Formats: sequence, structure tokens, C-alpha cells
Amino acid sequence: MSVEAHEIIPIPQPDIVGKEESIPEAARRKLSSPWASGLVILITILWTIPTFGLLVTSLRPPEQAQNSGWWTIFTDPTMTLNNYSEVISGGSVIPNGIAPYFFNSFAIAIPAAIFPLVIACMAAYAIAWIPFKGSTFVFFTIFALQVIPLQMSLLPLLTMFNKGWSMGPITVFPDLNKPGTEQSIFVGTYIPLWVAHTMFALPLAIFLLHNFINQLPRELFEAARVDGASHFLIFRKLVLPLTVPAIASFAIFQFLWVWNDLLVALTFAGGTPDVAPITAYLANIKGSYGAQLHLITAGAFVAIIVPLIVFFSLQRFFVRGLLAGSVKG
Amino acid sequence: MTASMRRRGAAILVGGVAASMLLAACGGSSTTSESSSAAAPSASTAASVAASAAASASGGAVAAGCEAYAAYGGNEGTKVTLFTSVLPPEQQRYEDAWKPFEDCTGIDIVYEGSDQFEAQLPTRIAGGNAPDLAWIPQPGLLAKLVQAGGPVAAPQGVADNVDKYFNPAWKTYGSVDGTFYAAPNSSNMKSFVWYSPKKFAEWGITVPTTWEEMFAAADTIAAAGVKPFCGGIESGGATGWPATDWLEQIVLRQFGGDVYDQWVAHTVLFDSPQINQAMDTLAGWMKNPDYVNGGFGNVQTIATTAFQDAGKPILDGKCAMLQQASFYAAQWESFKPGAVVAEDGDVFAFYLPQIDEAVAANPVVGGGEFTTAFSDRPEVQAVQTYLSSPEYATARAAQPGGWVSANNAVPLDTYTDAIAQLSAKYLTDPAGVFRFDASDLMPAAVGAGSFWTGMTAWIGEDAPTKEVLANIDAAWPAS
Repeated sequence: MSVEAHEIIPIPQPDIVGKEESIPEAARRKLSSPWASGLVILITILWTIPTFGLLVTSLRPPEQAQNSGWWTIFTDPTMTLNNYSEVISGGSVIPNGIAPYFFNSFAIAIPAAIFPLVIACMAAYAIAWIPFKGSTFVFFTIFALQVIPLQMSLLPLLTMFNKGWSMGPITVFPDLNKPGTEQSIFVGTYIPLWVAHTMFALPLAIFLLHNFINQLPRELFEAARVDGASHFLIFRKLVLPLTVPAIASFAIFQFLWVWNDLLVALTFAGGTPDVAPITAYLANIKGSYGAQLHLITAGAFVAIIVPLIVFFSLQRFFVRGLLAGSVKG
Repeated sequence: MTASMRRRGAAILVGGVAASMLLAACGGSSTTSESSSAAAPSASTAASVAASAAASASGGAVAAGCEAYAAYGGNEGTKVTLFTSVLPPEQQRYEDAWKPFEDCTGIDIVYEGSDQFEAQLPTRIAGGNAPDLAWIPQPGLLAKLVQAGGPVAAPQGVADNVDKYFNPAWKTYGSVDGTFYAAPNSSNMKSFVWYSPKKFAEWGITVPTTWEEMFAAADTIAAAGVKPFCGGIESGGATGWPATDWLEQIVLRQFGGDVYDQWVAHTVLFDSPQINQAMDTLAGWMKNPDYVNGGFGNVQTIATTAFQDAGKPILDGKCAMLQQASFYAAQWESFKPGAVVAEDGDVFAFYLPQIDEAVAANPVVGGGEFTTAFSDRPEVQAVQTYLSSPEYATARAAQPGGWVSANNAVPLDTYTDAIAQLSAKYLTDPAGVFRFDASDLMPAAVGAGSFWTGMTAWIGEDAPTKEVLANIDAAWPAS
């Protein structure tokens, strides 16, 4: 230790640029050594074993999945696709197939990813590039809202949807009931879910996009202004295309978060097939006989197909340099 | 938590005849024919079920099959939501059972099961999104919800049904502060002793019908070199609950329903002469080194044996008897694939005998869930009344599975499962004394806390009786 420290300290650092370039290269060189590669492969294998075990379990017949570990597959390779057919189309344990829940998950997750992005993009641009009094205060207030755990707002929000919300004489949110009943018009719809997910996503979305948009080169905006572009035009023609990588990565995060959400869905939508997402289905799959390991795992693998597709189709946005090609050209 | 224990209990209960159910549950059409043929033998209620099942088979348009549901008319096209902790495949059995009702009345019962039931229900009520009906598994939870506001009192029709068809104890468990809220849906029976009919024949014993006979049988078995009783109370965070059941059985049998109720209300303390005496009785039974722990070892092994595994030695003849609830029927299949639970099968259960008929005749400790309404719309009241009626209970009992109703108008031969039938026999005994599982009625700090840990220490560490009881008393929350 002491020898290394002694070596590191006296190394002369000629300038800041040289340091910035050498570190990634050094890291790349070190990480591509055979030892490092071996270590990475080892970690990857260890990391994947549990998932592999789940995959194997999802392919085993029910009795074996209940009575022995998945590793016995190597000595007793019995495989079946029955679990998947039961999960997809229903069977003796689960009366209904996964299809309506799958549809619900899309119907919840896609709008719940688009709404916050649209709002957050505009908000982030406004805070970053439209000078107005108190913009810093607004930004920090939004930033601070992130510390509020969403669990705290579940009940007030649910009450607001179902009973309305008034502050003294002012009605902030009306109590909207279906005609002739005392039931709120929001019961059995996706609307509370969209609104809730949008609200929970906004602080982080605005924060991330603001930091990104804020760092766009000032020259671009000045040039656009000189050419007579309005804020809307700048936003549409300049900011949006340049922000695509940030938008895409946040869209992935938000979509995956909503897709995997159970708590918000159970609170606002409940577990009936007309609105419940796939996570509610998975939670109930184990049935009243206790763990249906073979079905839960099969259901889980059906459910992760969509996140995998989303991730692989958009992953280049993660990898791509954030500003590549936008200013240099 | 008691909640988790209950859920596990319920899970095993309904799994009671898992094997036969899974086979029998292949199609809705087979269950319909089953219900009509099973209900045929007796009683006008059963006949009406059969008739309505036939009506639904022919499209449900014929009013002729719907006489039984005339009282629920005038609610066509309405929806009633029902929120429960009961998940598939049980859900399907319920929906099959009330299908004729739905077809005749035009009320759509929207079923929603959730394994987060206990957490979700209070949230929904507070958020103004309460379901119309919910099956609440504990009287304590019902009382808590009533205090917070939400449940609405049961209509007269439900009260009449409960008065007419259920043991009077059920009405008190469905009431809070004198107002009646909920009729029981399903029930379970905890006063069973599991045994192997074949081994009993080998040892030359018949099924005991009195407390003395049970211990005479135990002595005979002990003389043959086998520890007659086995037990296991390990259950993760709920370790100890089977031992609380044992004590409850004895308190009810030795001192009767009144002392039991006072014990639950903490006017009879744990460290009272009665409970001390009950503990001594239990010590002579489940802490008696001559009697336990068959197939496992000494007395202390009871505390470390999982309650699920406790009955395994019965199949090997290393233990003769296990006191455990009706839902334990689900376990045998896991010990021995294809195990037959029947009077002439691999394993069966007999009723844990009464101690003194003058104190408590045919006492039963059990549990159940209560159909609670959160709305007084006419269609909700119609469904709530229907769910307390013999027509519903009979239709549901005719479905495959271990479902039991305490409704005494359900003909016993409706039940498709031997243990369910035996449970129903004792739950509906007009002379019998029924009491709800005491640990589920006590405050959670005791009923799901110090009572469990105290009994575990009493068995596992041989803690002195008086000290254990005093510690449980000390944990009782001041009110």
C-alpha cells in the first residue's frame, strides 16, 4: 500500500486535459487484461445464476418444481412448456390467462411514461433557458420534492380522486361521481394511475432533463435567437432533437418503473382484470394453495419480455455519447 | 402476525384435498353437474339449487328455476364488488357456486382476490374506494374497521339467516358493540386429532370418544413402545401458534364458554387458577415425556419441529396422534404422494373429545371469515343476504374442495370431502359450544406476540408455568 501511494503522489499532472484523457484509457487498458476479463465473466455468471434457476424452474413440471431444487435438472432433465401455456391461456390453477393484464400494463405504462416526459421537457427548458424571476427557487423546490416518499402521498391522492379535495371554501378538485351513484368516475379506469405515476415521476424527470438541457451550448441558443426563432421553435427544432438521448434514457427508466410497479397499481386500480397490471396478476398467481413456483416463474418470464425488448431496442441511447454530433459538426 | 398465520391456515385449509380438487376442477360443466347430483338427495334448499343449476345450464332465461332467488329480484344489471384474500383456484369455485344467483337476479358479483388483502382494505376504506363487500378473516379486524368507520350494519335478512342457521356464537363474532355487521362465509374447525386408521387397527384401538378413552389409548400405544402424540409448533415468525391452540382447546373443555370469553376479554387473567390448571392439564399431555414427541425425540423437539412436518411420523407408525386443525388435511399429500384422507384410508381425523359434558358439550374451537358490507345499496344487501343463505352455502359446499360452512341447513352429504363433512358435523351441532380461536381475538401484542412466544418458551425451554403466564399478562396492552 505505502509503496503504491508513494508512487502515485509524485506523478506530475501537467494539465487538466491530459489527466482527463489518460484516465479512461488507463481504465480501458487495465480492464481489458485477461485477469480483469476473467473476473468480469465470473461475476456475470454468479450474477446470472439465480435468474437461470428461475428460468429452469419455469420449465419444470409442477411436482418437481415443488419438491426438488432446479439444479437437479442436470441429473433429471424433464422439461415442459405447460407452465407457460397455463400462464398465457389459463388452466386448472389460474382461471384467466395473462392477456388482459398484459394489455393493462401497456395501457398504464405507455401513457405514464409519455405524460411526465412531455411535461418535464417543457418545464426543464423553461427553467433552464427562459429567464424569469424565481426560476432557481422553482427548480430547487421541484428538486426538493424528490425527498417525499410516494408512499406518503398514496392515501391523500386516493382520497382526492374518490372524494374530491377542498381547502376551506375553495374546491381544488371536485368530487366527481358516476351519474346516479356515489362511486367516483375514476373507479375502474386508468386515469388515477396515469396521474399518480406522472406526479411521482415529475420531480426526477425535470431535474434530470434540466441538468441536461442547461448544459447545451449557449451559442446554439444565441444563434437561433439571432435568426428570430421563438421559444417554441427553439424548443421544438433545437432542444428536443439534442435531448433525445436523455429523453430516451429517462423514458426507459420510467417505463420499467411503471411496468414493475405493484404498490401504486394496487392502491389506485385494484386487482380486477379490467384495470390491474401484470404485476398484480403475478402477485396473485401463487394462488390459495401457497407457492406455485412453476407458475410464478413462468409468469415472471412472460412479464419481462417487454422490459427486455424496450431495453435492447433503446440501449444505444445509453451508450451513445450524450452530445455526439450535435455541436462539433 | 396473526394475519400471516391465518392466511397460511386458510391456504392449507382450501388445499385440503388439493389432489382431488385439481383433478376435479377441470371444467365448469363438470362442477355444475356435480352440484346438481350432490344436492339431489335431500332438503328443499338442495332441490332448489339443483333446479337453478339446471336453469343456468339451459341459458338462465327461464324464470322457473329461479324461485329460490325471487327475494333478491329488482337488481338487474347491477354490479357488486367483493374483495377477499382468497385467490385462484378457490375463486373459480366461488364463482361457479353463485353463477345461478347471478343468472337469475342479473347481479354481477365482481370478485377480486389479493394476497395484500389486510393492507389494502384499510387503505381503500380510508381513500373512499371501499369495496361493496369484503370477507374479513378476524373479528378483531372487523372491530378495528368499525371503529375507523366503513362497515355498514347487516340488513335484517342476514340477521334472520344467522339467527336461524348458525350457532349463536357466530352472531357475537360478527357483531361490534351490539350491532350486527357480518355473517360467516367459510369456517374451519381446529378441534381435530389426526391418526392413522391402519395403525390404530394394528394396535387394537378404536377411535376414542371421551377424554379418558383418548389417554387410555395413548397408554396402550405407549406400552407398545411408540410415543402416542407428536407435535410441532415452529412456524417462522408465528412460532408457537399450534401450542396456543392446544391451550385453547383445554380451557374451553375444562372451564366452558364463559370462562373462555372472560379469558379472551382478560377479565380472567392468564395467571389465574383456571388457566394455570389448564396449563397443568396440557403439561400432562403434550409435555409428558411418555407421550411425546413421537418420531422426533424429547419434549423440547416440539418447539423446533415445523408444524407442517409434525404429522409425518403418523404415516410411519412412529407417532399415533396429532392435534391439529382441519386444514392440516393438505399436508399428507406432501408426505406420501397419493395419501388417502378417509376413515379407511392412510390417515383421518377424529374429534378431540370433550372433557366434561356439563361444562362444555361438544366444544369446538375454530375460525372463519365474515361477509362485511361497506355499502347499503339494495343489490349489495341482496348479495350479502344471499351469501348468508343455505342456498349459497349448499351450492358452495357441493363444489370440490375442503370448504366448510357453519350453516346448519347444508345437508352433510353435500360435502364432497370427508374432513369437510366431519368439520361441518361438529360446527353445526345444535348442542355444541363453538368458540373462535382465542389468539385471534386477543390484542395483537398478545394473540400474535407474547402468547406465541410464551408457549414456545414453556415447551422449548421448559420455562416455569407461572412465570410464562405472568409474562403474557404483562404484555397485555393497557386500555
